[in-house]
Amino acid sequence: MEKLNLSSSPHIRGKKTVSGIMLDVIVALIPAAAASVIIFGYRAALVICICISTAILSEFFFQKITKSKILVNDLSACVTGLLLALNLPVSIPLWQAALGSLFAVVVVKGMFGGIGKNFANPAITARIMMLIAFTGTMTAYVTPFTDTLTSSATPLAILGSDTSALPPLKDMLLGIRAGSMGETCAVALIIGGVYLIFRGVISYVTPVSYIGTVFILSLIYGGGEFALYQVLSGGLLLGAFFMATDYATTPTRPLGKLIFGLGCGIITAAIRFYGSNPEGVSYAILLMNIITPYIDKWTRPTPIGGSKK
Amino acid sequence: MAFLRMPGIKVPHRKHTAAMAPIRIPAPEEVCIPLSMHIGAPAVPTVKINDKVKVGQVIAQAGNGLSVPVHASVSGTVKRFEEMNTASNKTVTAVVIQSDGLMELSEDIAVPDVTDLESFVDAVKQAGIVGLGGAAFPTWVKLNIKDASKVEEIVLNGAECEPYITSDTRTFFDRGDELVYGVETLIKYYSPKKVIIAIENNKQEAIKTARKLFAGNDKVFVQVLPSVYPQGGEKVLIYSATKKIVPEGKLPIDVGVIAINVTTVAAIARYLKTGQPLTEKCVTVDGSAVKEPKNLIVPIGTRIRDVIENAGGYKCDPAKIIMGGPMMGHTMPDENHPVMKGTNAIIALDGRDGAVPEETPCINCGSCIQRCPLRLDPPGFGKAYEMKNPEELEKLKVNLCMECGVCAYVCPAKRHLVQRNRLAKNMLREYKAKEGKNGKA
Ligand code: SF4
Ligand code: SF4
Repeated sequence: MEKLNLSSSPHIRGKKTVSGIMLDVIVALIPAAAASVIIFGYRAALVICICISTAILSEFFFQKITKSKILVNDLSACVTGLLLALNLPVSIPLWQAALGSLFAVVVVKGMFGGIGKNFANPAITARIMMLIAFTGTMTAYVTPFTDTLTSSATPLAILGSDTSALPPLKDMLLGIRAGSMGETCAVALIIGGVYLIFRGVISYVTPVSYIGTVFILSLIYGGGEFALYQVLSGGLLLGAFFMATDYATTPTRPLGKLIFGLGCGIITAAIRFYGSNPEGVSYAILLMNIITPYIDKWTRPTPIGGSKK
Repeated sequence: MAFLRMPGIKVPHRKHTAAMAPIRIPAPEEVCIPLSMHIGAPAVPTVKINDKVKVGQVIAQAGNGLSVPVHASVSGTVKRFEEMNTASNKTVTAVVIQSDGLMELSEDIAVPDVTDLESFVDAVKQAGIVGLGGAAFPTWVKLNIKDASKVEEIVLNGAECEPYITSDTRTFFDRGDELVYGVETLIKYYSPKKVIIAIENNKQEAIKTARKLFAGNDKVFVQVLPSVYPQGGEKVLIYSATKKIVPEGKLPIDVGVIAINVTTVAAIARYLKTGQPLTEKCVTVDGSAVKEPKNLIVPIGTRIRDVIENAGGYKCDPAKIIMGGPMMGHTMPDENHPVMKGTNAIIALDGRDGAVPEETPCINCGSCIQRCPLRLDPPGFGKAYEMKNPEELEKLKVNLCMECGVCAYVCPAKRHLVQRNRLAKNMLREYKAKEGKNGKA
């Protein structure tokens, strides 16, 4: 008889795997990615490919150089690259896209200990870094179905001033508006988000509380139509479904997720209504990422049967 | 408290052997009977090498305090005393008896004289009975309740939530008379308000049988529980059956409950009726490496090798042999280990099922936290353990962890959470022991 395996119980394991979860996220992002290519042309596909391949390669070499376990095949770098790409304008210079992707994977994720240990969302932090470093190219938006840069910029910017120039609501749903590649097509994002909830990958609590908070605050601030546009514009749907639900950087328990969503909603609305910057989603999520450990601590339940001391 | 949710998980059932009546195996050539098959002090041997023994004869007296006697399970000759490692890594002494193949009953076997609660508890002790669901806690200690009026509910654990195992289910089918007699005896000495027989809803036949057995008894209720692992965990079961929560550091009796495994009750009844102590065990033999999965009644002390042989041997080279169920059982280094009182299954797995998954870093998905029946924080335990922080472990209540395996089962990163929980529990225990000493000094 061969040597018998000795190991701790349990001796059967569930079917869920890390790469399976990541694959689900990728699948859920495919509609949004496809929409970006349809709306903004083939250059969108190019940016996506650059971001994903840079993310994967830089994770691989980072793990090689630091002599840590090679975990690229868990697909998490692929998710980070894809998410970052969808957060960029289609006209972004390719070297900038690659640099952002490298920054996300190596600095924000790798240097903090790799998967699960980073405190801030890699894609979001990279986006913010790029907004600061490459402000010009990061805020240059292209008119849908053309290559020309719009001067009028995004609906969010318009909402702040002359509302008569807003695209019709139908176009907002389909994503025919200026913006980052993957954030515009609301329908695609909702399909992806619902898929993730249905698959049990994410909880509905965060997106519902986040989007709900923004909607209600906007309703109070500017009425029904304004609120609808607020929900559909900017990176809210992309952020609420795909980045405010990131495992490593958001709370683990339902109550924590609720608080996280509320906090994100309030910060997003505050930045959008009163800040100089029309978009607040990235900053809101990053700020809430920072207090996530505390939320997790506050929301830790008393174990069943545990005596309180 | 009604809104309190005790989560759990769906595990595969794999109850292939549920319809197979157990077969009593012929006496093996030799048996190896550990003197510590229970939680507590080891029993003290009363036989010498070359002594002749018969089935049911005491070969070791109960030690001090928490302990039970041990009986010969075959007739034959005491060959030697053997030091062996138990699954929980303790070294214990075992008595090796060479069987004469006759299975002669000892003349000592006599129906005990039970007249009151005290003599009942003593009988349970003399029968050598321990919790047969796997916990192996001396049953007489559990039943040794000074004030019987404290007992409100007696919960019979027939949940059997582990995959593969059907030996408790078989008790309903094959030992109905003993079960009824046992329950009636418990009612007689404890007069509880009710007796709840808890069975998971994936065992419809057992539910039917139990209902039939107790049809005339208005104190006994068969309660159908959802088949959610770990339904049979003592605290979980008590909560599911009575909605009572056993607080930290307390026993079920502190909330008026006695929880006892169905097969244990049948074993008590057998002793009361016939004087036969616990010398054999019904064991489910199953797993992808076993040729003919079945239930076998084997003398306690039968080595794994002999048990498997009686189930047709192996289909292929086993990669892993488990004593107990796949969720909480222990892996065995070889086939020498004997069946003990608490053993309810031997599972042999092939290379695919028996592979040990490689663990990858925690992705903080929260699955384990949300599924832990006791709402514990396994990744938190891991972190505190790695930082050697017993104070934090105490705060996180690692001591409550029942090692049910739910957290590790659901973990997508295949983290060895239960193993770490165990290490963390030990760290806390050592810290407390030291603290206690310092406190006194
Ligand atoms: S093994 Fe412990 S921590 Fe894990 S689920 Fe069971 S009780 Fe909870
Ligand atoms: S289930 Fe595994 S990966 Fe998820 S939080 Fe628990 S330990 Fe981490």
